[in-house]
Amino acid sequence: MATTFSLPPLPYAYDALEPVICKQIMEIHHQKHHQTYITNLNAALSAQSTALAANNIPQLINLQQKIKFNGGGHINHSLFWKNLAPHASPETNIDQAAPVLKAAIEAQYGSVEKFKEAFGATLLGLQGSGWGWLVANGPGGKLEIVSTKDQDPVTDKVPVFGVDMWEHAYYLQYFNNKASYVEGIWKVLNWRTAEDRFKNGVEGSALLKL
Amino acid sequence: MAASLIRTSARTALRAGASATPKAAGVAGLTFARGKATLPDLAYDYGALEPSISGKIMELHHKNHHQTYVNSYNTAIEQLQEAVAKEDITTQINLKPLINFHGGGHINHTLFWENLAPKSQGGGEPPSGALAKAIDESFGSLGEFQSKMNAALAGIQGSGWAWLVKDKQTGNIGIKTYANQDPVVGQFQPLLGIDAWEHAYYLQYQNRKAEYFSAIWDVINWKAVEKRFS
Ligand SMILES: [Fe+2]
Ligand SMILES: [Fe+2]
Ligand SMILES: [Fe+2]
Repeated sequence: MATTFSLPPLPYAYDALEPVICKQIMEIHHQKHHQTYITNLNAALSAQSTALAANNIPQLINLQQKIKFNGGGHINHSLFWKNLAPHASPETNIDQAAPVLKAAIEAQYGSVEKFKEAFGATLLGLQGSGWGWLVANGPGGKLEIVSTKDQDPVTDKVPVFGVDMWEHAYYLQYFNNKASYVEGIWKVLNWRTAEDRFKNGVEGSALLKL
Repeated sequence: MAASLIRTSARTALRAGASATPKAAGVAGLTFARGKATLPDLAYDYGALEPSISGKIMELHHKNHHQTYVNSYNTAIEQLQEAVAKEDITTQINLKPLINFHGGGHINHTLFWENLAPKSQGGGEPPSGALAKAIDESFGSLGEFQSKMNAALAGIQGSGWAWLVKDKQTGNIGIKTYANQDPVVGQFQPLLGIDAWEHAYYLQYQNRKAEYFSAIWDVINWKAVEKRFS
């Protein structure tokens, strides 16, 4: 009954985001952190199957938070890897890669710069671990900047792109200087993926379907 | 670590010159100058907790992370004072999460530095007296308490702290976890806190946080915990 999830491969090499995100961070983040969310999600789903078969309702309720946290961790990181692209690749050029999204951003925020400022402020305002997201109210819909705590995923809107603000995402390179990480992220943002999600919703990849 | 030791001494000397500085009630180590929160000195060198916690982690954690909580707390309090003066209730309420977060960060780290000590200064030496008895009665043994505390730390989903607390109503001790920088206030009194934010261990342990949780017991200052308990 329970599906088993496995680690999706990175769509680029571990060192492809240098110098913005170093190879060591990418390796540990993908191979260890993301893998741990998947391992714990699979364990929780398997326990859920057993509890369901046994009609054990307290246990089913007890497992909800584990599924939310680890399922969220799996979803968020799967989305995040595809939100990033090699440094100076064509995907990181908003003009070429995301004309429709760019126009929508300009219409709502005045300019791309103003949008980046607002997005950066949301990222830096997070108190503890969490994510910042640009979401759309349905494909092509109204844009909004939101943050989610810990590994809470975006479930009711289209996550156009998200930025991981857990310390593990930047600490080995930026230490407490998270503002530099936030500034750098725009240089490796995959605007092509963002454009595609904005126009069509999140890719119907089986790995994100629970 | 000689350079950082000198800096610490210099700060201590400066502080001694301003001995009229009022002390905050409650947490013994919380210091204020001219009504502002200030970064407390460590009672040991940044490298003194090695190999449990590296000198680099201690230096960044104290000089950068804790200092940022102090600065941001002071900024929020200034804004609060302005809002109070203007009778601006909306702004006062808006500032509450910032005061909780940065004030909590200041309180938590101040308590944390105090409940750590190098091995040469008694770090890791088991508790004695009434606290030892309370731990045995509540958890069975010190070892069992440590496993339960480590399990609580490992179970934190995101950033946060685990504390050994004393229930002010019953006098009982127990383990509680707190999200982000939520401080131990109200019904419970903080006795021993362990920082489970990634910045507390990442440079040395990366994702292997269980190794950090097990190594930290070698530098726990149980004497400081006993003082808080009594
Ligand atoms: Fe590196
Ligand atoms: Fe992450
Ligand atoms: Fe900390």
